[in-house]
Amino acid sequence: MKAGTKLERILASGKFAVTAEAGPPKGTSAEAIRKKGELLRHCCDAVNVTDNQTAIVRMSSLAGCLLLKQQGIEPVMQMVVRDRNRLALQGDVLGAVALGIGNILCLSGDHQKFGNHPGAKGVFDIDSIQLLQTLRMMRDEHKFISGEDISGEVPVFIGAAANPFADPFEYRVHRLAKKLKAGADFIQTQAVYDVPRFARWMEMLTERGLDKQVHILAGVIPIRSAGMARYMRDYVPGVNVPDEIVTRMEKSESPKEEGVKIILEIVEQLKDMPGVHGIHIMAVGWEDIVPDVVAKSGLMPRPVV
Amino acid sequence: MKTITSSKPVEEVMGYLEKCQKVYIIGCGTCATMCHTGGKSEVLGMKEKLEGSGKKVTGWMIIPTACDELTKYALEEEAERIKEADCVLAMTCAVGVQTIALHLKDKKPVYPALNTLFIGMEDSPGHFTEVCLQCGSCVLGRTAAICPLVRCSKSLLNGPCGGSSGGKCEVSEDIPCAWQLIYDRLAEMGRLDEMEEIEPFKDWSVSVTGGPRKIDAEAECTTTS
Repeated sequence: MKAGTKLERILASGKFAVTAEAGPPKGTSAEAIRKKGELLRHCCDAVNVTDNQTAIVRMSSLAGCLLLKQQGIEPVMQMVVRDRNRLALQGDVLGAVALGIGNILCLSGDHQKFGNHPGAKGVFDIDSIQLLQTLRMMRDEHKFISGEDISGEVPVFIGAAANPFADPFEYRVHRLAKKLKAGADFIQTQAVYDVPRFARWMEMLTERGLDKQVHILAGVIPIRSAGMARYMRDYVPGVNVPDEIVTRMEKSESPKEEGVKIILEIVEQLKDMPGVHGIHIMAVGWEDIVPDVVAKSGLMPRPVV
Repeated sequence: MKTITSSKPVEEVMGYLEKCQKVYIIGCGTCATMCHTGGKSEVLGMKEKLEGSGKKVTGWMIIPTACDELTKYALEEEAERIKEADCVLAMTCAVGVQTIALHLKDKKPVYPALNTLFIGMEDSPGHFTEVCLQCGSCVLGRTAAICPLVRCSKSLLNGPCGGSSGGKCEVSEDIPCAWQLIYDRLAEMGRLDEMEEIEPFKDWSVSVTGGPRKIDAEAECTTTS
């Protein structure tokens, strides 16, 4: 065991994992986090707390994770390299471990241009792959980037993102291999709508045996409306929504139900796909649908390990 | 090598000059002339603008290369007319502005009329692209001679992020994804395996955040010869 978190134990035992995302508030309400935590408590194994998602300032991921932890919910702390240099990132890892946070997801972060402080200086002192390396070095060698020793253990289960829908497509498997080499223990992918493309990517990486070395959780985002489907197709970087899904949403008389139906169809295919070890549900602003999606996918009750 | 500049908004320039009735204008015959931001016609245009707003222009000159040491002599030659002015308006890059301020005997404000943008590569006549961050530890040998530090919007060192789509950067349709370019060039050379190598942590101490950098070219020549 790397960190012995619930997420790690579930994945190590070969069970199909479910994680979900909770965005912290644009304010100081601990209650806002707790409410999302309560909604997600029984239907997923761990909850990701985003880090200034889409470059919009929100309550820090570290604080959000601690609030979940206090409720008895296992958090996944997301860290982007856009806002902090190597000193701040490493310091926050030490703090997170001291607070009992064991899952950390390493990301580049959306460009600051997309957020509410477009004039901010993007830090990018290190990149997401180097952050993975940093965490592994801190955990396995008890060393900082500088080579100096860390006092105490740094038990972390290290996560990375992958986007099989970005270009160049052929490179995406190499990138996964690179993240694995850098230290990734688990992967949460960008939302899957184009199942055949995702399946091709999974095939390519299982051919290389990469699925045996890292746990892949396929991302899903339930769609609420035709407008949301169009928006994600046209404006969200890195998301690929096929026209067929947009048309289905547009034609439906009850779009919310149709959206859930679409997601359930996708999850069904993901569950059977070789190498997929779980799903990660990012129900941005629609967290109350998550229990429903998990239950209807036949993934309840969640295992106790 | 060209230092690319753009004109500051008129309001900002006029804001600087608010307390100055008499102004001396300096342009530069090298980069700023080529960028059409501080050559003779722009300097004369500025003169007309200032006079139109009721100010007096005590004189103007185009220093051949405002960033070099000879600027000192150009300033000496124009000392009389500069003395008469309340301030100097420099239509040069930031190196020119600082060189002028350093050598100006008669201490008075030197205001910039331009924003200094980057060291540019000329893609086509009059079109410049930023291709070098001047980071102090060049990675081009490992990135197919395309700099990801400045051509990738996130300065990523280990390949394209999830926002690379159809060869474009997520930030703008007008920005080619630097890592797609690197990937394509490595593919052409049959060197794609290099994309899986992890680029080491960057040493920023030799870059902009490491404090002012200095080089003694004369001493370097002596030690290497």
